[in-house]
Amino acid sequence: MSYRVEPTEDGMRKLSQERTGMSGLDRRDFLKGLGAGLLICLTRASAAAQESGRTFGGHELPKELSAWLHIAADGRVTVFTGKVEVGQNIRTSLAQQVAEELKVPFETITMVMGDTDLTPWDMGTFGSRTTPTMGPQLRSMAVAAREMLMEMAAQRWHVATASLTSADGKVIDPQHARSVTYGELTRGEKLVKTVTASESLTPPKEWKVAGTAVPKAEGRDFVTGRHKYPSDISRPGMMFGAVLRADGFNATLESLDTSAAEKLAGVKVVREGEFIGVVAPDAFTAENAVSAIQAKWTVPAQPSNQGLFAYLKNNPEGGRDDGPQHVTGSAAQAFAGADLKLEEEYTVAYIAHAPLEPRAAVAEWVDGKLTVWTGTQRPFGVRDELMQAFQLSPSQVRVIQPDMGSGYGGKHTGEAAIEAARLAKAAGRPVKVVWTRSEEFTWAYFRPAGVIEMKAGARRDGTLVAWEHHNYNSGPAAIETPYRVANQVIQYHAAKSPLRQGSYRGLASTANHFARESHMDSMAHLAKMDPLEFRLKNLDDPRLKEVFQAAAVRFGWGRLKSTPERGFGIAGGVDKGGYVATCAEVEMDATTRQVRIRRVVQAWDCGAVVNPDGLRNQLAGAIVQGIGGALFERILFADGRILNPHFAQYRLPRFSDTPVVEIVLVDRRDLPSAGAGETGLVGLAPAVGNAIFAASGTRLRTMPMAPRNGLPGEPEPMVRS
Amino acid sequence: MGWLGLEFGMGDFVLDVNGAPLSVSCSPDETLLSVLRNRLNLTGTKYGCGEGKCAACTVLMDGQATRSCLTTVDSVGKAKIVTIEGLERNGRLSAVQEAFLEEGAFQCGYCTSGMILGATSLLHEHPHPTDSQIVEAMEGHVCRCGTYPRIVEAVKRASRSQTQGVGR
Ligand code: FES
Ligand code: FES
Repeated sequence: MSYRVEPTEDGMRKLSQERTGMSGLDRRDFLKGLGAGLLICLTRASAAAQESGRTFGGHELPKELSAWLHIAADGRVTVFTGKVEVGQNIRTSLAQQVAEELKVPFETITMVMGDTDLTPWDMGTFGSRTTPTMGPQLRSMAVAAREMLMEMAAQRWHVATASLTSADGKVIDPQHARSVTYGELTRGEKLVKTVTASESLTPPKEWKVAGTAVPKAEGRDFVTGRHKYPSDISRPGMMFGAVLRADGFNATLESLDTSAAEKLAGVKVVREGEFIGVVAPDAFTAENAVSAIQAKWTVPAQPSNQGLFAYLKNNPEGGRDDGPQHVTGSAAQAFAGADLKLEEEYTVAYIAHAPLEPRAAVAEWVDGKLTVWTGTQRPFGVRDELMQAFQLSPSQVRVIQPDMGSGYGGKHTGEAAIEAARLAKAAGRPVKVVWTRSEEFTWAYFRPAGVIEMKAGARRDGTLVAWEHHNYNSGPAAIETPYRVANQVIQYHAAKSPLRQGSYRGLASTANHFARESHMDSMAHLAKMDPLEFRLKNLDDPRLKEVFQAAAVRFGWGRLKSTPERGFGIAGGVDKGGYVATCAEVEMDATTRQVRIRRVVQAWDCGAVVNPDGLRNQLAGAIVQGIGGALFERILFADGRILNPHFAQYRLPRFSDTPVVEIVLVDRRDLPSAGAGETGLVGLAPAVGNAIFAASGTRLRTMPMAPRNGLPGEPEPMVRS
Repeated sequence: MGWLGLEFGMGDFVLDVNGAPLSVSCSPDETLLSVLRNRLNLTGTKYGCGEGKCAACTVLMDGQATRSCLTTVDSVGKAKIVTIEGLERNGRLSAVQEAFLEEGAFQCGYCTSGMILGATSLLHEHPHPTDSQIVEAMEGHVCRCGTYPRIVEAVKRASRSQTQGVGR
């Protein structure tokens, strides 16, 4: 009784390292579709880098490509990348970087993203990888394109390339006061150049378009309702599908009667093995048809919230523990000899991503080729799933990802895509499947629950000497401490999860930071030191120190004294190249034990900032999203059933939960840009927990910290939200 | 609810949507949300929960913000329905749309239609809402991307620009 564990992002990266490009696909059609102009392709293989100037009219591209870029005769630039836009604003920030290096107006760039027939193979959009990896790749191509165009102009004019400059989509010859547009330079020809990563990228200090607050690309389509999300796609002759769900996880079907559903006008019931679904001419009928099916299931007894944490500790994955991954010195000895010691257990619950747009897909079969429009962070992963499910070759499946109603790590898989494809195949017509909210809550996957055991020892003067961190099931992300401790044991213990679990924005970084930064706070109190001072004393990393200090200054740390009604807390850390420090102010009602977060100040450093406005939006959003997991979000389950699969029962952060949010950006133009979609989430929970402690003296070690009600059989929560 | 007791009986309805009479043939029990999205292809109105708890499906009915997922098509009657597609006039955005764009008050944008219509209805009733009036009126709206602070700013900006006669 163990659910399939979704590949973690780290795992996927390993599996997929060797794959780039659209191997196996015949790209000739795609290339024919591109008009005349210049096509720049980026490859990692240096052998292929010498193809400068060859026409792309008749031949295939090298297979190992990670991106390409086309400049048309009219000067329009099209950039192709397998990354997807889900609200994190990369459609804008990537285009800014291309505009910067190519020296063209931002508006001339169109990004084609996440379409398996048009864009290079890509592992997926997660792990804050787009900015550090795809950004430099696209910039490299843009630099190569600009250099090639300048060489062409130099040849045309018989001047030295070095005497030319470029700006605004033109090559300029200042000495002879003449210019030529990029489009003109390529006119009538189909040119292709394959390049590898460029060394000569424009340093961030000289950025003019990148680094600025360019408004979101196609923003107008989002305020007019014109943007088509996956669930908005419509195809000629399209029908609507719905799927019969089991009564619980691991259920066995005992009996099935579909006759009432089949009597409904235009309804077809599709049964293939365990899959039972319907297609109908309209969505309303599809819903009615699926509820008219009489099915009886047997659901076996399964774990519930009660006893979950003991279950996770006692059920290692594969039946064994692999031992610690990280050991320095002797933690046991140092702990024994420490003046100040603290050993505690922290827990995090399963939570749901609950993207506002649930899983959705439209599938269409034409002459044996399957096209699916669906919301996913891994269009190529979903293509693989479809290939497997229907025994198809890569060229027989196309997955298109219209910018979707987000995912937060929750849309790595292609369930709806497979369902729609199955139904469309049976119906012989395009079919749309949109999951209901309760399907999304039940049949997607969750952020892993986990138990974290922390053990710390320090000298009387507050110097850390021993550190042990054991994470059961929730994950290894950011498990290592950024603090200076000579003796460490750090271990992630994979467990059998009773619920299906997978990626979530920030992965286990949130859980590990919650445990570590709460524990650091307790240690500071034990040493009778200011929590910030205690951290700085044990910290060497200058970037982390800087964000701690920046947040503290803006917040007024040190001036603000906690009272029983008002508490102030601080926490921070580093993950995926992002440095974060978060200060929180909470208001406590001493009688009702009601807590409200009033103000959050977050300082952030991810190297050179590509778009400060988009970045602030992401960071504030992460803080607000973090409130849910910190205070009240929690999946309730028992015997294979989710007990709160509705927004009425699963509380989400709302307007009234939102504090004043202040973001302090440390813009390091001297450092490469790291991603920022995830790590902004990790400081909030411990900062809030530490603020609650500062006000009330109550140390909360469970996430969520302040649910409205206790679990059956457990004491009522000490603090409520 | 119910139509002569025939659960799946069909009826013909003429809805006044964005100023145009649109006819549909469907069950009287079908929700306005489903009719707009799946029969009239007005997909700017979104499904988020289907139970009145997220307001992604908000439309205006006679100027009032209404959850279209809780509204059956036969209860609409002659009410004038405005969806997100109906706010733009001759290529000009409404003051609220403009304000959301200016503030960058969205990330994935999936909640935005509902937010804009909720705010439009609020500003109709209270042209100069206080912060707490904004929070109270918008509390039913979920932005899972957590864009609330900017949305509050956008509502205030729209309120100011209406006063100055900018936008509509
Ligand atoms: S879909 Fe109507 S309130 Fe959520
Ligand atoms: S912007 Fe994504 S739900 Fe609001």
